Amino acid sequence: MTDAVIATGAAHLDEHEHTGTGLANTKLGMWVFLASECLFFGGFISAYLLYRGRIVEGPTPREVYNIPFTSVTSFILLMSSLTMVLALAAIQRADDRRFRIWILATALFGLVFIGGQVYEFTEFYQEGLALSTNVFGSSFFVLTGLHGAHVTAGIVWLLSLWAMSTQQKLGAADAERVEVAGLYWHFVDVVWIVIFTVVYLIPT
Amino acid sequence: MTTVQETLPAPRTVGLLLRRPRATTGLWSWLTTVDHKKIGILYGGTALVFFVIAGVEGLLIRLQLAGPNGTVLTAAQYNTMFTMHGTTMVFLVGMPLAVAFGNYFIPLMIGARDVAFPRLNMFGYWVFLLGGLFLYSSFFLGGAPDGGWFGYTPLTSTPLNQGFLPGRGPDFWAVGLIMLGIGSVTSAINFIVTILNLRAPGMTLMRMPLFVWMMLVVAFLTAFAMPPVTAALLMIIFDRNFGTLFFNAAAGGDPLLYQHLFWLFGHPEVYILILPGMGIVSEILPVFSRKPLFGYAVVVFSGIAIGFLGWGVWAHHMFATGLGPVAVSAFGLATMLIAVPTGVKIFNWLGTVWGGSLRLQTPMLFALGFIAMFTLGGLSGVTHSIVPADTQQTDTYYVVAHFHYVLFGGLVFAIFGGLYYWWPKVFGRMLDERLGKLNFWLMLIGFNLTFFPMHILGLQGMPRRTYRYAEGMGWDDLNLLVTLGSFVIAASVATFLVNVALSTRRGAAAGPDPWDGRTLEWSTSSPPPEYNFAAIPRVGARDDFWHRKYTEDAQGRLVPLPAGGADAATATAGSPPGSGHAVGDGHGDGHGIHMPSPSYFPLVMALGLPILGYAAVFKNPWLAIPGLVVLLYGMYAWAIEPATAED
Repeated sequence: MTDAVIATGAAHLDEHEHTGTGLANTKLGMWVFLASECLFFGGFISAYLLYRGRIVEGPTPREVYNIPFTSVTSFILLMSSLTMVLALAAIQRADDRRFRIWILATALFGLVFIGGQVYEFTEFYQEGLALSTNVFGSSFFVLTGLHGAHVTAGIVWLLSLWAMSTQQKLGAADAERVEVAGLYWHFVDVVWIVIFTVVYLIPT
Repeated sequence: MTTVQETLPAPRTVGLLLRRPRATTGLWSWLTTVDHKKIGILYGGTALVFFVIAGVEGLLIRLQLAGPNGTVLTAAQYNTMFTMHGTTMVFLVGMPLAVAFGNYFIPLMIGARDVAFPRLNMFGYWVFLLGGLFLYSSFFLGGAPDGGWFGYTPLTSTPLNQGFLPGRGPDFWAVGLIMLGIGSVTSAINFIVTILNLRAPGMTLMRMPLFVWMMLVVAFLTAFAMPPVTAALLMIIFDRNFGTLFFNAAAGGDPLLYQHLFWLFGHPEVYILILPGMGIVSEILPVFSRKPLFGYAVVVFSGIAIGFLGWGVWAHHMFATGLGPVAVSAFGLATMLIAVPTGVKIFNWLGTVWGGSLRLQTPMLFALGFIAMFTLGGLSGVTHSIVPADTQQTDTYYVVAHFHYVLFGGLVFAIFGGLYYWWPKVFGRMLDERLGKLNFWLMLIGFNLTFFPMHILGLQGMPRRTYRYAEGMGWDDLNLLVTLGSFVIAASVATFLVNVALSTRRGAAAGPDPWDGRTLEWSTSSPPPEYNFAAIPRVGARDDFWHRKYTEDAQGRLVPLPAGGADAATATAGSPPGSGHAVGDGHGDGHGIHMPSPSYFPLVMALGLPILGYAAVFKNPWLAIPGLVVLLYGMYAWAIEPATAED
């Protein structure tokens, strides 16, 4: 068997190979998954919107929201998309050192956002808003909590990439793995833009 | 291409605890396989077992209703039976059977060696199997689901201690469905990427077999329909276990939100179930009519149109909830509209059969049965778009009759047609024709005896989901007839199982192309080698394999081509098995083709999910820890393990 046949045989299962859409399999798969996630968040966002005028008792959004504080953590989360792009650019240039700096910065910004969310949840709870206080509490905590869970999963993913890089197991040839993680990370940011606008900024 | 491969990092040798599985036969090879064909067989076999279980549940329902004041089941048991019958048929039979055919035949039909993500494929299967076992374990662990396959709130969302439903049924149901949803979405993503990315050279979208097209639409519907119901099910879990008030009307919650989210999934789900059947039938009819599919492009586009319109009709399941005249009229109109592309398809199938040289073998009989029965189901469906009539029919047996005509007369007939059509390809042996015809006629007669009288019972006002009825309602005779019919269906399924058993022992060898087929799967041996095609085919036309075998003379008559296709053209039913290699294939035995290697980790990762599921059902955080550990270990080992072993 010649090498040429081996190459065509293996190539069909190789993610670097020519594909029908020109997009790598993992990237196309991630796009479909993210599209699917849109409807998942859509379900909870519609629940929140449906219930915003139906508070029977307990605190209302206006009474608990601290818009300046959440704006700052939101800004930090958005900046993490910038560092994510820089991390991808670094690994594509095979600049491992800068890749590790930027990917850690991205994870750190994500952690700051999650820390802000924990602080915010604690504050709201002390002001008398719990999951079972009213439909606002139910829909707010579940929606933003699930978003926070997505960010947390993203942080674990980023730190895993960082760990692989420190052990020399992630090189320029694996840039696509970083790109796919980046797609997920940007998606989580974009969802937050929607949540921040719809949930926090648009007045009841 | 080769330069890219040279830059790939050196082999990674990481301690993963589990060493790469090496078995190629026996139990371990099935547990660790990533071969799309083996996974397809696993999906199909598992789904057929669940089909028998759901059938037994259906028979118990019919025994209970055979006469007035039935005593076979208690009210609680009856609730469990109709809930699990519906849930099983939708999530554990209909969807996985379509995935089984898709898994096996999409790569073969588009000229690929495997799916895009072989290990994710196996993960999807394990999640399906474990999700099904998880659901059924509820019978032994605190109450089976009994809130209907739709699980309406607040019935299902009220906490256990104040609940209307005793036991943990709703928890098992909601968690189990989320698990099955994860499995469905992974397989949908896999199909989409496979179909869009892995087509053989020349296999343009408009040359793809219709079945592949319909599975592409289904995969998109699945990827977008599962998330809304997952959200709704999570709200149920939160309401029941963590004190949220999503569906608590006293606190301002809205049970109708659940119905919207559920049917936003539930109606596309109807098309997720029926479109694969339409695809299968669109493959069978041309082969057994020896004519190309009539109006290929129109069938493709009407399939896509159904895929889009399917998102705009969900509220016709909620006409009786008081949505208001504007919403009700809009959804009624949309429902009428979606009948148009469906009707277009029926005319295309008739056009395919019209004037063909028909061979009425078992797959063709089931395909023709599909057209007739599905048309009846479609017609009763159109009556639901007339809102005043629908309000009258809601929650009566008329609705039960309608959706069984669509899903049994449609999907199940198509599935059986597909089983008879592709069985020789998958197992290399023919199923018996005489038993097959018996199977078909028993099913056609039994099906109509069972479900046609339900139209009348429904119009006479017999309510569904009610475990007994009084004497003197005028429903006795028809109900007895229905019950008798259901046992005729059982006999027809038994005939199929006998046929399978006999075929395994002494079925005639199939050869590569027993039906004189048109699509690429018939160009390789039966069963196909692990790598499907020794050389990736090059596609020059729609029904490419047919054009390799036949051409037309000046009068439009078929003329077999002497070269290349001759051996396939003579390989009709009953002939000795072929050489085992693709027609016109100049290459050798596929030696040197690197296929993805088997792996334990899809199974390990999937095993984490039911553990987490039990933790959620029993509100036991300690159980969540081993669940997470198993899940994460499987996930990381999977990520680190290269897809293809270096050898």
